[in-house]
Amino acid sequence: MTLPDNWNELTSEARLEFRLDAWQNAPIEFASPQVAQAYRDRVQLYRDVIALKKPATVPIAPWIGLLPFRYYGHTAKQAYYDYEILKDDWYRFHEETMPDGIGLTLGIVPGKLFEILDYHLYDWPGHGTPDDTSYQYNEKEWMKADEYTALIQDPGSYWQRTYLPRVFGALEPFAQLSPWTDLVEIPFTAPFFAGFAAPPVKEMLKKLAEAGDAAMEWLQASMAADGRIMATLGIPQTAGGSSKAPYDILGDTMRGTRGLMLDKFRQPDNVKTAMERLVPLAVDWAVRSNNVTGNPIVFIPIHKGADGFMSDADFRELYWPTFKAVLLGLIEQGLVPWVFVEGSYNERLEVIADEEIPAGRMVWMFDATDMERAKAIVGSRQCIGGNVPAALFAMGTPEEMDAYVKDLLGKTAKNGGFILSSGIVLDEADPTVYRAFIDAGRRYGAEI
Amino acid sequence: MAGGLKEAVIELREADALRITDELLRSGTDPLTVVSSCKEAMDVIGQRFANGEAFIPELIMAGEIMQGVTAKVKPYLQTETSSARLGTVVMCTVQGDIHDIGKDIVVTMLDIAGFDVVDLGVDVPPDRVVEAVRDHKAQVLGLSGLLTIAFDSMKTTVAAVEDAGLRDGVKIMLGGAPVTADVVAYAGADDWGKDAIAAVELARTWVGGA
Repeated sequence: MTLPDNWNELTSEARLEFRLDAWQNAPIEFASPQVAQAYRDRVQLYRDVIALKKPATVPIAPWIGLLPFRYYGHTAKQAYYDYEILKDDWYRFHEETMPDGIGLTLGIVPGKLFEILDYHLYDWPGHGTPDDTSYQYNEKEWMKADEYTALIQDPGSYWQRTYLPRVFGALEPFAQLSPWTDLVEIPFTAPFFAGFAAPPVKEMLKKLAEAGDAAMEWLQASMAADGRIMATLGIPQTAGGSSKAPYDILGDTMRGTRGLMLDKFRQPDNVKTAMERLVPLAVDWAVRSNNVTGNPIVFIPIHKGADGFMSDADFRELYWPTFKAVLLGLIEQGLVPWVFVEGSYNERLEVIADEEIPAGRMVWMFDATDMERAKAIVGSRQCIGGNVPAALFAMGTPEEMDAYVKDLLGKTAKNGGFILSSGIVLDEADPTVYRAFIDAGRRYGAEI
Repeated sequence: MAGGLKEAVIELREADALRITDELLRSGTDPLTVVSSCKEAMDVIGQRFANGEAFIPELIMAGEIMQGVTAKVKPYLQTETSSARLGTVVMCTVQGDIHDIGKDIVVTMLDIAGFDVVDLGVDVPPDRVVEAVRDHKAQVLGLSGLLTIAFDSMKTTVAAVEDAGLRDGVKIMLGGAPVTADVVAYAGADDWGKDAIAAVELARTWVGGA
């Protein structure tokens, strides 16, 4: 997507309109004018609910993980390694169920890439987890407690020389290389590049090239699957980029849940300064990818601020300020943060309904949160969505699902501002119950 | 002085708690008094957690301070005092799931509450659970899981305990974010807890220690 020359002079509202138009009129070669219209109609559903207007029908955008592969008799390992299976099952599932948004394609990840990189941060099917289980994070202090100063001083150098060598076995030689910021004048250039003569570095560069090829092979398959779904089914992608809350960046995959909780007591100033340092990085990450994809939605999974994970005071003082700064930074660029709130957020609703975030500019997707309260408190300012429970998908009956969706839409979807979805990414669901979810969404969603 | 230690732990002032511990031990205070001050403080924090006034970070920090104090006290103990333990609990995250934070908090809280805890770790196959329940004569088995696939592993594990003829001698509790009473019924367990405090309560009730 090319931004207009006067982009920097546009208001954030004008930027949003530009991005939404670009999404709705994406340069896709549709199979027919009807499919093109269906695509535009579906994007319109999102435009309406985000703007808190009443849509033609409630958009149904479940989070889909391994579900399609389970349905068609394939394991997670097959989906992660055989891209024909990835493409075929992903397409077939969307064709048979016809939701209003494509599931979380990025979540079906390439096993071969992680083998090349010797990825330690996660286990994946065949590499530490069973063949039919999704990837899982290895909880550990990947960033040490005494490394805040290095991170704060130069995040890029910290990532390159300390974090990446720890997280990817194949990138260990990065620790030996100087930071790129040394490259400022001619006399310092040769010593910098001499580092690349070391055999382990040469080996690493080969691995990086292999990793690039493996990633591209997967990306092409993944894009082909999504492209076919858009072009022939008229179902849009629901995210064009990703970001995270600064507290989660630190807590999820750097200091670890436990490490960061202890840091809060032992070195609170370092935690705050590091989070502030991460704000512009988190904004820039999304802006770059959303500018490429032309889709304004920014997928933001959040974790460590959920009820029980910290006190209300800590949420207000520690978690929210830098996350809010990220949200405002994205909104300023005309992007639409689409926050995937895992766990329960009942204690946080008053805080996240923050009046300094302009109304009608983002989406809160909830999981185990009281949706009636969420609607009353957050729903008056922003679009909300969710929250059909995973246990209902896995162990409920079609009748129970129908009743749940009817009740949920009755509480939340009147006059718009609501997206029907699963509470979490679905790896498992009884097929008849899943069907009942879609059918109930269509039936009651049209009656709002 | 020992009261000062209790206050410091309750207020999660780690450096103060460790300093006071050193002072108490140097001045000849009975090491068991030091330990019991800490336990009293942990009870207060546990109660605050149950009341929604303290949260996971507070529990983890308190556990960390408790460990620090225990390490300091150890050299002062004349002999290994085997204070009466309430009973034995085998804990694990079930096969196919490697999430450990919740399980680890439960292990810490059970230990502080006076249980011998056999922590089998994560991604534990049913046969290892059976072996541990048998070898340690556990009265309670705690199965944890964060993923929905853990439901099936919980069921398989309970069935394996049953098949080994051990089910009558052990109470089984489940825990983890997606666990509900429905999962207890599905897996054939005895009960579930929403957090570490609930797990301790269940264990206490079952072994008659409460």
